[in-house]
Amino acid sequence: MRNFEFFEPTTVEEASSLLAQYNGKARLLAGGTDLIIGMKARTEMPEYVISLENIPGLDGITYDEGSGLRVGAMTKMRALETDAIIRDRYTALAEGAAEVGSIQIRHLATLGGNIGHASPAADAAAALLVLDAQVQIGSADGQRTVPIDALFTGPGTTVLEPGEIITAFEFPPRPANSGSQYLKQKIREVMDLAFVGVASAVTLNDGAVENTRIGLAAVAPTPIRATEAEGIINRYHPVTKEILEQAAEAASAQSRPISDLRCSAEYRRQIVGVLTRRTVQTAINRAQS
Amino acid sequence: MNKHPVSLTVNGDQYDLLIEPRKTLLATLRDTIGLTGSKEGCSTGDCGACTVIIDGKAITSCLMLAVSANGKEITTIEGLSSNGHLHPLQQGFIEKGGYQCGFCTPGFIMASKAYLDEIPNPTEAELRHALGGNICRCTGYTKIIEAVMSAAEAMRNA
Ligand SMILES: Cc1cc2nc3c(=O)[nH]c(=O)nc-3n(C[C@H](O)[C@H](O)[C@H](O)COP(=O)(O)OP(=O)(O)OC[C@H]3O[C@@H](n4cnc5c(N)ncnc54)[C@H](O)[C@@H]3O)c2cc1C
Ligand code: FES
Ligand code: FES
Repeated sequence: MRNFEFFEPTTVEEASSLLAQYNGKARLLAGGTDLIIGMKARTEMPEYVISLENIPGLDGITYDEGSGLRVGAMTKMRALETDAIIRDRYTALAEGAAEVGSIQIRHLATLGGNIGHASPAADAAAALLVLDAQVQIGSADGQRTVPIDALFTGPGTTVLEPGEIITAFEFPPRPANSGSQYLKQKIREVMDLAFVGVASAVTLNDGAVENTRIGLAAVAPTPIRATEAEGIINRYHPVTKEILEQAAEAASAQSRPISDLRCSAEYRRQIVGVLTRRTVQTAINRAQS
Repeated sequence: MNKHPVSLTVNGDQYDLLIEPRKTLLATLRDTIGLTGSKEGCSTGDCGACTVIIDGKAITSCLMLAVSANGKEITTIEGLSSNGHLHPLQQGFIEKGGYQCGFCTPGFIMASKAYLDEIPNPTEAELRHALGGNICRCTGYTKIIEAVMSAAEAMRNA
């Protein structure tokens, strides 16, 4: 690893000023599980590394029935995976977090880093899409909020401007009659990147399925919503096997996967359909129970 | 150069060091402090041979900068035995033949310790899942799982 200057600011404003001042030569350090790998491989050679560790208020989970869930950017995957409220009400997020690496990795890896790294295969991204996350972004100039579906611009890129830092993710309250699931297609049970990841979330209203969200990971340049499939589930009542099949086909059609060493685009497209069907069905079952 | 003061408590002993930011915690433990029990297998977070426990949590020390560990309490494999008595996990690995070359063993033991401190009575399937971040190229894992399951029992009965 090349040497670098190391900063440990204690406020978002200070971190933002450093990031802006050394624009292009500085990187934020959260858990380091993407950044340090990159620095060892020399695909990342920052001259300045700015640790977010010592900024109070960036780590933590708070929940309020009225305003919903707030997850600080520095919250570890292991904390998300084991949090009772997240497991119960924001289940897809707990399941997405639990898919990241190993326990050792999840004690380091943060939600802000997973999203800030902006990999199309990020395991938490599909859950954030279906749970309507609002991304809180801070800088020396103030705060702004970007909905998660407007955050990613391409593999590894986001709408973040120089000097901007993700501070938290906010999620609207989820009623008891809602449910969600994240499923990941992989070869090894643990420590494998997603071939395909799919999250679904629904809310029931008098038995009818509403507010369906379907999020796809690793099958397009960014994590995306399968909006056509969502519309099909919302439109028909009851959601029969045939409707699920139609939605699965629509999600497959909306995905834009590539072929690589791990598997072919055709395979990925087929798995999008399978996982869409399964996650929508499970989300409905969970909403009912 | 731009060395930073770093204070680490390792197995109860405090070390006040001056460290280049690019040094990982693993390199610091091994090269600066001289505790070579933690191993470097992959250096990319995949094999778990470098697992140490920080503030009760198992982490891969090859992915943490030493400067980021400033002020933290670290336990390595060297810190597990007490007064010449092996930890039940160490005893379990010996009795069940949980190692061959032994390179992965410190990582498996540290990952198992942190996990059992949290979940003292796992099923075998849960344990296998929890140890998914540790790789062994020798044993085929069966003996490792036997060793940890028997140690878990000994720890519950202690
Ligand atoms: C062995 C191994 C296995 C892995 N397995 C998986 C897996 O199964 N699934 C998966 O999704 N990922 C996986 N990863 C990747 C990685 O662990 C995750 O993406 C993790 O969530 C990154 O978080 P971090 O805190 O470690 O980020 P860091 O490495 O600290 O940062 C990542 C990037 O995000 C930026 N960043 C960090 N925080 C912020 C912020 N608050 N605001 C703006 N930008 C920020 C950084 O500057 C950097 O560019 C794996 C990594 C390893 C080493
Ligand atoms: S050396 Fe750290 S995980 Fe392999
Ligand atoms: S005993 Fe040799 S790697 Fe596990």
